[in-house]
Amino acid sequence: MGYSTELKNHQNEQHKFRVRLVFLILLVLTAFSALLGRFYFLQVYRYDYYQTLAENNRISIVPITPNRGLISDRNGIILAHNFFVYTLEITPSKTDDLQDTIAELGELVEISATDLKRFKKLRAQSHTFESIPIRTHLNEYEAAKFAVNRFRFPGVELKSRLFRHYPYGTLGTHGIGYISRINENDLKQLKENNQLSNYKGTEHIGKAGVEQAYEAELHGITGFQQVEIDADGRAVRVLSSASPTSGNNIVLSMDAKLQEIVEHEFAGRRGALVAIQPKTGEVLAMVSMPSFDANLFVDGIDYDNWNNLNNSPDKPLINRSLKGIYPPGSTFKPFVALAGLESGKRQPPFTISDPGYFMLPNSRHRYRDWKPSGHGAVDMRKAITVSCDTFFYGLAVELGIERLTDFVRHFGFGEKTNIDIQGELSGLLPTPTWKQKRFKQPWYMGETVIVGIGQGYTLVTPMQLAYATATLANNGKAIRPHLVNAIVDAKTNQVKMLPHTTADQLTLNAENLEIVKLGMMDVTRPGGTAAAVGANAGYDIAAKTGTAQVVGIKQNEKYNEKLIAERHRDHAWFIAYAPAEDPKIAIAVIVENGSHGGSTAGPIARKAMDYYLLGKVPVDPAVDPSTAPAADSTVINAPEVEEEPHD
Amino acid sequence: MIRQWIGHFIRHIDSILLATVLMVLVVALMVLYSASGQSLLKVNAQLINIVVMMVVMLLVANTQPQHIERIALPAYLFGLTLLIAVALIGDISHGARRWLNLGITKIQPSELMKLAVPIMLAWYFSKRESMLRTADYVVAGVILLVPVLLIAKQPDLGTATLVFASGFYVIFLAGLSWKFIFGSAIAFGAALPILWSMLHDYQRRRVEILIDPSQDPLGAGYHIIQATIAIGSGGMTGKGWLNGTQSQLDFVPERTTDFIFAVFAEEFGLVGCSLLLLLFTIIIGRAFIIASQAKSTFARLLAGSIAATFFTYCFVNMGMVSGILPVVGIPLPLVSYGGTSLLTLGLSMGLLMSVQSHKRLVATD
Repeated sequence: MGYSTELKNHQNEQHKFRVRLVFLILLVLTAFSALLGRFYFLQVYRYDYYQTLAENNRISIVPITPNRGLISDRNGIILAHNFFVYTLEITPSKTDDLQDTIAELGELVEISATDLKRFKKLRAQSHTFESIPIRTHLNEYEAAKFAVNRFRFPGVELKSRLFRHYPYGTLGTHGIGYISRINENDLKQLKENNQLSNYKGTEHIGKAGVEQAYEAELHGITGFQQVEIDADGRAVRVLSSASPTSGNNIVLSMDAKLQEIVEHEFAGRRGALVAIQPKTGEVLAMVSMPSFDANLFVDGIDYDNWNNLNNSPDKPLINRSLKGIYPPGSTFKPFVALAGLESGKRQPPFTISDPGYFMLPNSRHRYRDWKPSGHGAVDMRKAITVSCDTFFYGLAVELGIERLTDFVRHFGFGEKTNIDIQGELSGLLPTPTWKQKRFKQPWYMGETVIVGIGQGYTLVTPMQLAYATATLANNGKAIRPHLVNAIVDAKTNQVKMLPHTTADQLTLNAENLEIVKLGMMDVTRPGGTAAAVGANAGYDIAAKTGTAQVVGIKQNEKYNEKLIAERHRDHAWFIAYAPAEDPKIAIAVIVENGSHGGSTAGPIARKAMDYYLLGKVPVDPAVDPSTAPAADSTVINAPEVEEEPHD
Repeated sequence: MIRQWIGHFIRHIDSILLATVLMVLVVALMVLYSASGQSLLKVNAQLINIVVMMVVMLLVANTQPQHIERIALPAYLFGLTLLIAVALIGDISHGARRWLNLGITKIQPSELMKLAVPIMLAWYFSKRESMLRTADYVVAGVILLVPVLLIAKQPDLGTATLVFASGFYVIFLAGLSWKFIFGSAIAFGAALPILWSMLHDYQRRRVEILIDPSQDPLGAGYHIIQATIAIGSGGMTGKGWLNGTQSQLDFVPERTTDFIFAVFAEEFGLVGCSLLLLLFTIIIGRAFIIASQAKSTFARLLAGSIAATFFTYCFVNMGMVSGILPVVGIPLPLVSYGGTSLLTLGLSMGLLMSVQSHKRLVATD
């Protein structure tokens, strides 16, 4: 700047000030002249134009809803698409008498009480010049019937509107999610996010799963038409318009066929399975059984269906893979084993002689092994193979609860995996601090003992266990699991691959890792707890079985499989990864009340691995890539996946 | 005795300023009556606001500029403290943190800064008047930018812009070098593409909508389209008081506050608009004359800034309503419904009158 002022002379000072003032006065005069010019332009030059607009009294802005992006599986099978349905819509301002019109329409096509209720609700939310659906999903016959009688119904139009459709119904619903009508809560949310104007004309919004988590990508940008309306409310001409921009398409990491096979294998049982590609974190299958038909929600679910789903004792609406929390049981042992080896508390030659129980020093309480007679001489590898409880009781005590939980936390226990959809629970990794806070009680040594075999307070979700298994298979490198692989730009068809993010990198001693992995491989070999699962596999499977005592029934209830109801039997766990030497898939399965992991959960995992690794299909697949509806003419906005979205 | 006292009291009123302001206020009440759907409740409420404004104006007019100078620093620091308090513990509504909840009432400290900042700067320059150098402008810049940034962060871009303008006018009138003004204008222009490229897509879209609301005809654009129709259909002489169809039929949004000018323009036409513009010009012109005649640096800078800020309000509001400026929430001075705005205006007008009527007493030669 280099500017400094010597303001000594009052006269001089005022002079300088006045020069500045003159500048401001010129600014005011220029600006006000510009305003005057603008007023002249609007009020004299364009007076006729605005006069007409004002006299015809209104222009209406008609939103044009964008097409929602499609969702496909990793191989391009479309799992959510849009199709046209005929809807009958009324523009209230154009009708002579709304009540009469609806009554007369009712004689022509069926209008149910639900339809009427919805119409009333929508009418309260919209302008009189907007058209509101009174009936959706008209069939060809009904559409034709109305078309013939159209002249009798001023203000009523037959329109075709886009509807969301999930062609495979119940398949993978918990991951894909569903859309449903926008409610008050959604409106509030949209308003807060400054998205409200982009949702004018949009009736639906993602409510769960990928549909919810990727709403911003899927929705697109609303277009509009500025329409001049005459005194009777008829559109006279379009003044301007902007096309909507379709939502982006989404490519899942999920393999729909694998998902279908697993769901089929559950065959009426309750439970969950999560399969992850260990090196990428791609979720190949996320099964929660029973599932439900996402299509029910699209047009507003009716009372009966909602009641059935909501009140079913099988709880189909709950995503068990993310929200089901169970004790991990023996599937926890490989992680405890690794903690023992890494801490140096257990060296490879270390062997115990298992009498079938474990006792704490200065205590007479016996912690029983599942095998009453004991396993004899047991080293680390065998302890995993035969799932020796006694071995892990002792190991847990020597490690201490703090060291044990500190170590296994790296595998994601006790924390959310941060998968890319919402609603996940974090499970529980108990510590003395936690217990003090929760129950105001000290931690007892006996509680450490049972944590060693995955019982006690420890709780996991199937997603967490699959994530931990994948991390183990990946030699300690934890990749954040995700359901979406890529986003395909609706305009340019450009495929944007989403990055894989490393959540935690644990440095493990290769020899220690080897011992645990060999133990897990032996599980599926003769003598292991899941030998049948590994029989004739054609590839090596590393696995661990587990049993989770049913939570929800009283803790002191005696367990007797034959005497208690099926719903009170233990849950069966099975974790596995394969091929053991170069893992391509890591799995966690829980079959609720399935009793034994090896016999109920294991075979499901085996079918999944057989399909994923060898392409073996055990059942008639409902999902067949060759008949994928990509060529279907009803599909709007089909994605053109230019490259295979997985590695 | 009482008559003498009253005489002394009203001696400080500037009759030209008062007469013009009253004329605008009468027009404002008529428009408000029409825009509110002929609600006397609203008119009465505004009348009370006007009375409060007049009292404040009279009181300030009777205060010597020296006394105002004395509160410059405390008022500024007080306002700044409140702004920091807002940033830390303010109430959030509509996603912005602007209000301080005092239990009985909520206050918006940014309003206070509209006058505290120019007063503070005018005081600062008057302290340094015979030894101004570059460093002083840097200090002035800091005094101005700290509250502006705090307000912008709330976020309240409209108020931040106005506070910035009011302070900038002081610095400008104090003699900020032309080289610097044009230099930074050019630098800002050159930096725009870089800033633009740093924005997220959704941020860019927001800016685009701000500049061209017709891109968002269902949101911000709706206001502008309807307001433009209202103004344009007013024609040369307007549709007449209480006869504006656009406004009476609910098409003009916020029609008693930020968009009240559209109602006025529809009912009184180009003739009315020109007259209103003339009244505003008289107020601004009178304020400039007061500034140019002021005898102290403080009074001069403050009066000049008030005049220019008043102009900025008028221009930005009418420019926004008629569609040549982006839509920012700024009321039309003296016309828009609302007590806070009138209170600030009462203070401003009072300050101008004080400067004018006390000039003989404060000559510093």
